[in-house]
Amino acid sequence: MIAEVIYRARRGGPDKPEPGMADLLESWHIDMWLLLLLATVAGAGMFVIYSASGHSIPAVVNQAERFLLGLFVMAVVAQAPPEFYRMMAPWLYGLTLLLLLLVEVIGDHAMGAQRWLDLGFIRFQPSELMKLAMPMTLAAFLHHRRLPPRPLTLLGALVILGVPTVLIMIQPDLGTSMLVIAAGGFTLFFAGLQWRWILGALAAVGAAAPILWERLHDYQRKRILTLLDPESDPLGAGYHITQSKIAIGSGGLFGKGWLEGTQAKLDFLPEAHTDFIFAVFAEELGMISVMVLLAIYLCIVGRCLWIAVRAQDSFQRLLAGALGMTFFIYVFINIGMVIGLLPVVGVPLPLFSFGGTSMVSLLAGFGMLMSIHTHRKLLAN
Amino acid sequence: MALGSIKNLHREREAFLARALFGTFFCLVLTGILIARLFDLQVLQSEYFQTRANDNRMRVMPVAPVRGLIYDRHGALLAQNKPAFMLEVVPEQVENMDALLGQLSKVVQLTDQDISRFKDRVRKTPRYRPVPLRNNLTMEELARYELDRYAFRGADVSAGLTRNYPLGASGAHIVGYVGGISEKELSEAPENTYEGLSLVGKTGVEKSHEDTLRGKSGAKVIEANAYGRPLRELDYRRGYPGRNLYLSIDSKVQLVAEQALGELDGAVVAIDPRSGEVLALVSKPGFDPHLFIEGIDAKTYKALSGDPKRPLFNRALQGTYPPGSTVKPAMAIAGLEYGVVTPEDGVYCRGEMTLPGSSRKYRCHKRSGHGFQDMVGGVMRSCDIYFYELAIKLGIDRMHDSMTRLGLGHKTEVDLPLENAGLFPSREWKLRRRKEQWYPGETLSIGIGQGYTLTTPLQLAQMTARIAMRGKGFKPHVVYATQDAITREVTRVPTEPLEPIELKDNHNWQRVIDAMVDVAHAPGGTATRIGRDSPYRIAAKTGTAQVAAMRQDEKKARSLESTPLHLRDHALFVAFAPAEDPKIAVAVIAEHAGHGGAVAAPIGRQVMDMYLLGEVRYNPGAPAPAASVAPVAADGHVHSEDLED
Repeated sequence: MIAEVIYRARRGGPDKPEPGMADLLESWHIDMWLLLLLATVAGAGMFVIYSASGHSIPAVVNQAERFLLGLFVMAVVAQAPPEFYRMMAPWLYGLTLLLLLLVEVIGDHAMGAQRWLDLGFIRFQPSELMKLAMPMTLAAFLHHRRLPPRPLTLLGALVILGVPTVLIMIQPDLGTSMLVIAAGGFTLFFAGLQWRWILGALAAVGAAAPILWERLHDYQRKRILTLLDPESDPLGAGYHITQSKIAIGSGGLFGKGWLEGTQAKLDFLPEAHTDFIFAVFAEELGMISVMVLLAIYLCIVGRCLWIAVRAQDSFQRLLAGALGMTFFIYVFINIGMVIGLLPVVGVPLPLFSFGGTSMVSLLAGFGMLMSIHTHRKLLAN
Repeated sequence: MALGSIKNLHREREAFLARALFGTFFCLVLTGILIARLFDLQVLQSEYFQTRANDNRMRVMPVAPVRGLIYDRHGALLAQNKPAFMLEVVPEQVENMDALLGQLSKVVQLTDQDISRFKDRVRKTPRYRPVPLRNNLTMEELARYELDRYAFRGADVSAGLTRNYPLGASGAHIVGYVGGISEKELSEAPENTYEGLSLVGKTGVEKSHEDTLRGKSGAKVIEANAYGRPLRELDYRRGYPGRNLYLSIDSKVQLVAEQALGELDGAVVAIDPRSGEVLALVSKPGFDPHLFIEGIDAKTYKALSGDPKRPLFNRALQGTYPPGSTVKPAMAIAGLEYGVVTPEDGVYCRGEMTLPGSSRKYRCHKRSGHGFQDMVGGVMRSCDIYFYELAIKLGIDRMHDSMTRLGLGHKTEVDLPLENAGLFPSREWKLRRRKEQWYPGETLSIGIGQGYTLTTPLQLAQMTARIAMRGKGFKPHVVYATQDAITREVTRVPTEPLEPIELKDNHNWQRVIDAMVDVAHAPGGTATRIGRDSPYRIAAKTGTAQVAAMRQDEKKARSLESTPLHLRDHALFVAFAPAEDPKIAVAVIAEHAGHGGAVAAPIGRQVMDMYLLGEVRYNPGAPAPAASVAPVAADGHVHSEDLED
């Protein structure tokens, strides 16, 4: 009510058309379209989690709690103007870097990797924070500089990108370090990085691949080899991919029906409610629903890019664009891995998979996007 | 603005728009790749993956049918199913087989044979299939196993049925036994015949009536999770239990026959001549059929199969023996039929004879000679000279025709496996097999059941039955009826009449039967010791088959004691009773036991007593073992009328 009054006052009188729900939410710095799309994905995710976790109500409640916490964080983040985040970026970057170093020293081990930091009241992965800090810092760094970036600028950007990436890579967490590179890379891409640099970088990665291969851990190598021929070891490393493909393929166009998927229910599909939840979704609801889900994800990305295009300064544009594209990359990597196109890396399906700190950090990112979008009008006034 | 560069905000904005469009395009292309792959998986290969998903979750578990029971003609159990606990191992689930076997041997008794047999089977079985390690666990072993069962990954105890034979060794040669299915048996049977089954009939009725006894396997399709735990039944296909068999065997008669043979090796066959039903079929020595059910180990099998007494050999239908004098009634029928003799025609027996142009002597078993013998005398006293003369008159060709019609030299086609055809020689046979022509002297030997002639005890019983029925005959059979295990409906196995033998003068049957009655009942008959106190009239013929030919210079018959056991004569006896209304025909062979009248005839009498009277009235004391037989042989001569033939 109060917000509506303030809003009307700002609009300059009742002669303007009646404000709708979208305008109301916008006055609270919430973007209705993004909110609806995010809630749709998370809601659908909860139904599939219920099925994939063996009809576990606590799992669904847990996920709902996490989603609501994320929404709260998102709403809080959206309240501050984008300038605040531009100012904060170097500080957040420095703090995250410090935490990453701390992980190296005192971090918890899980699954052969050192990723977790236990702060007593919360356990979280600093690398997750870097997914946000990276595009923020790079966008802030490039904000004042002439774009497209000149070589010196580029060098500075590469240092900002390189240091945390290396720290995450040696944890080792290949998946997250790739995502951090992607976040930074898209920032540079939107900054207008010349194509010759982009192509040159891709060529360099291609050339360095054999060296990188040498440095990979055994389990990482195995995942990649398994991708090439999952049936070579159907009970070992290829098991995930084989069972996942069986689940998806057997779903067909229309699926076996919610709660009727045999692959997850009978425990043939591992990690069914976390990383491989897409397989359960595809098995139970079929390809038609999968297309709808992909469309919703594309809409989210589209909305992000739209916000970026409408943004009013370089920092906002670059951050919004990079966050949108990184979100898409999450989706692509997860689905690509579940359908056997990419190696098995531990990337959950954003907003859909059960658990993870990624839910909160993702929604915090969307909070910044909303901040960018909703504070724009105020500035215009 | 800052850091010495001038930002062109408008151009930056334009450039960003281009990149945003490119980013959109990039997302659409990647999404297109995902969709293409999903289309491949969910549309193009969907059927394949549906099959894979079903293969994952569905297991077809065969449900073994219950094997039919086997009863004797009065409903006494001869083969039954007994619940048994079997220890099985699924090789696929075992990490270290030797370690597992070591652990298991601490709670259940595992012999070296168990383990070597198990390892042998592991090699021959698909790795996901359970392989039996030990059958018939005791309750104590079961309890010890259950206590620690979680330590034995890959091992499991299953409850099933195993076969049990209440008569043990006594029925082994008729009922047979079951054993583990061999690779060969599995590959020769139509697919899925033995789903869920581990046992198959190996010998006897168990083998010859396997298809009837087995039943039809059912199956259930169950849904199992990734750990193989069955969750629910999706589908059930009913099987059907095997049919019960009623044998024509009378187990009381069977046991009497077995006891009457005592320690002797040999065979007894009793047939109901009116139907061909086999009433008793004994072959000794026997063996314990239970040895084979669990899969016999190599050592025990070697001992059994290498035993010189050949306990596994079914003498009643696989054993071939010279019939000796038991062919004489049939010879007499042939002589009358072909008209070469009349019943009154006689021969003078001097104890030996020669053929014209030869110095070779053909002896009668009675060295002093029988004097004048007509047909009745020849049969009753078993005069060899009479039958030498008859053989000369008939010739080998007519003898062959006549004997073959009575069933010698070919299988009776009884419903038991491994029957031997025996042999009744002919000119053509000798030319073909021996590449030699027929010599007249050989005809004489054939005339008294020696020479090349070989018969099974079953053939002799069948021949006797046909004489008893005056030429009518039925195919001998062991299974008399089958019964549906569920509806309890009994179906008689039809008797199969053989083509009757018609004589030109059917009175000739009666003439020969009368002579056979005299064998048992007239003074001087070779089997009067069993006829004297008989409450019913017996038509019989004794026989003593030479195992070793007598040397030409041997003037005297050898005494039993002086002859090595394996060269001693076989004692034979055939009979039917009551003579005027035949209900049972028997054939007895006691190997290396001496004289038919002394040793074989009492055995036959006891069998007939049991069947006709329901008890054994004849009691000469237990039949003496071979070595102490023939009390009259002290001086090395066998001359008692009573004993000879």
